[in-house]
Amino acid sequence: MMILSSLHPASQAQAPGLPRRAGLGLKHEHLSEVLETTPDIGFFEVHAENYMVAGGPFHHYLGLIRAQYPLSLHGVGLSIGGEGPLDPAHLARLATLIERYQPQSFSEHLAWSSHGPVFLHDLLPLAYDAATLKRVCEHVDQVQSALKRPMLLENPSTYLQFQRSTLDETDFISEIVRRTGCGLLLDVNNVYVSCINHQREPLAYIDALPLHAVGEIHLAGFAEDTDSLGERLLIDDHGAPIDNAVWQLYESVLTRTGPVATLIERDNQVPAFSVLQAEARHADWHLSQVSP
Amino acid sequence: MSLHADFAAALLAPEATCPDGLFSRNGADPASRFAVYRNNVHSALINALATAYPVTLQLVGDRFFRAMAGLYLQSCPPTSPLMCEYGSTLADFIQGFEPAASVPYLADMARLERLRVCAYHAADHAPLAPQALLQALQGQADLGALRVQLHPSVTTLASAYALVAMWAAHQAEDGVGTLDPWHAQSALVLRQGLEVKVFAIDLGSQAFIDRLGHGLPLQRAVECALEANAEFDLHQCLTLLISHQAIIHLHLDQKVSP
Repeated sequence: MMILSSLHPASQAQAPGLPRRAGLGLKHEHLSEVLETTPDIGFFEVHAENYMVAGGPFHHYLGLIRAQYPLSLHGVGLSIGGEGPLDPAHLARLATLIERYQPQSFSEHLAWSSHGPVFLHDLLPLAYDAATLKRVCEHVDQVQSALKRPMLLENPSTYLQFQRSTLDETDFISEIVRRTGCGLLLDVNNVYVSCINHQREPLAYIDALPLHAVGEIHLAGFAEDTDSLGERLLIDDHGAPIDNAVWQLYESVLTRTGPVATLIERDNQVPAFSVLQAEARHADWHLSQVSP
Repeated sequence: MSLHADFAAALLAPEATCPDGLFSRNGADPASRFAVYRNNVHSALINALATAYPVTLQLVGDRFFRAMAGLYLQSCPPTSPLMCEYGSTLADFIQGFEPAASVPYLADMARLERLRVCAYHAADHAPLAPQALLQALQGQADLGALRVQLHPSVTTLASAYALVAMWAAHQAEDGVGTLDPWHAQSALVLRQGLEVKVFAIDLGSQAFIDRLGHGLPLQRAVECALEANAEFDLHQCLTLLISHQAIIHLHLDQKVSP
């Protein structure tokens, strides 16, 4: 047993969180089908900010879903990498949501979104240096103590790098996990997108991460563009089926981590529920191929 | 300026610029990559406005709306992490937006659509059952002193244009047809259960509902309604409110009149 747990320490970060199954993002257009047919899906994930409203259909439906499925609450609005302090009102809203829905997991991004009074509604890149590291760790600590639970931090997809950076992204992430005890939401699509964009070997990137802390995996599709040199520039748009290269990388990740709760993300050009369900089944099959 | 201040300013700038201190590993011009962030920010915000203001968009067409939204986001960038709050000042922006002056009811349409979003997300509250309501009214010696508490989603809007008729025409499959926008109409917006509804009401009903919302007793609200419209029909207005479950509580005035 000693050997098993040291082989797959991910199980420690995950328990007693999400089931080690495939989950889907909850889309408004699929609500009635999900509620009528209660498909066999491991869990549903929602963006926390969409539910920071007083009442109405959003809460009504999330309550019905939560009664039947495990839930992952995924934040897009904390701006953990922001230069300014975290917004206490936003933290309080998160705490209220967590109290109400008791999600199995809460995750946020290694990114910034707000500066001064302006909130940009995008996940923007950080310079990886000692000052940023200190600030991000303080913010993660603050989130974990305000929410009274560990959080998962998601690795970003990026298109640019900062001259000011002195640390590798993977070292930066490892250090946050080490200092704060937070878990890692390993977005395999983000790994692939960033590695292509920054000419890095995806598996080497994965191996440089603290895989023992992975509590959830994200899979998604990307869009392709070209930069000024006409070279491949991948854009994390959650608007396409998961690419074969990302499925392959996922398989390699699972052999290293063992089975981990895996979300299929689709936020644009949302297809019929059955299409996403087929991707979830495929992820479930991969999960069943590795031993816990 | 700080790193993020530069980055944020360049994201929102009217012309594409690229902040200093960025590079691409392959040596590509960082501006070609910064454009991805800029495009993400602009398209997310413009799409959010297009979703929240569907009829406003239809009135001016997709191209005009998106160009206008692009200017709006430069003058009023979002300040909240809640996307549903973005665009709450769009109607005021449209009011002062010269190129839209040829569609004089455009700002009011945006106001109406904003109220619909607010009603959609308004707090939940169980309505007073019609039977309980009737009993309360019948057992009341001093009806005029009664205060009527409305559902949190209830709002009204006065317009110089046939706003509700235009909005309703844009919900229909067969389109707008011939519609005279040039008569004043007030709107009542509320959420019944999970569904947001829009009704055309007269100025008297609007005054009545607004005064109830401000906590005035029934008699005072009726007086105000009759001032606004001598033909105000209390029975009809109460029927509208009751049948759409807009009344959540009745209580007697606690204050003693002098």
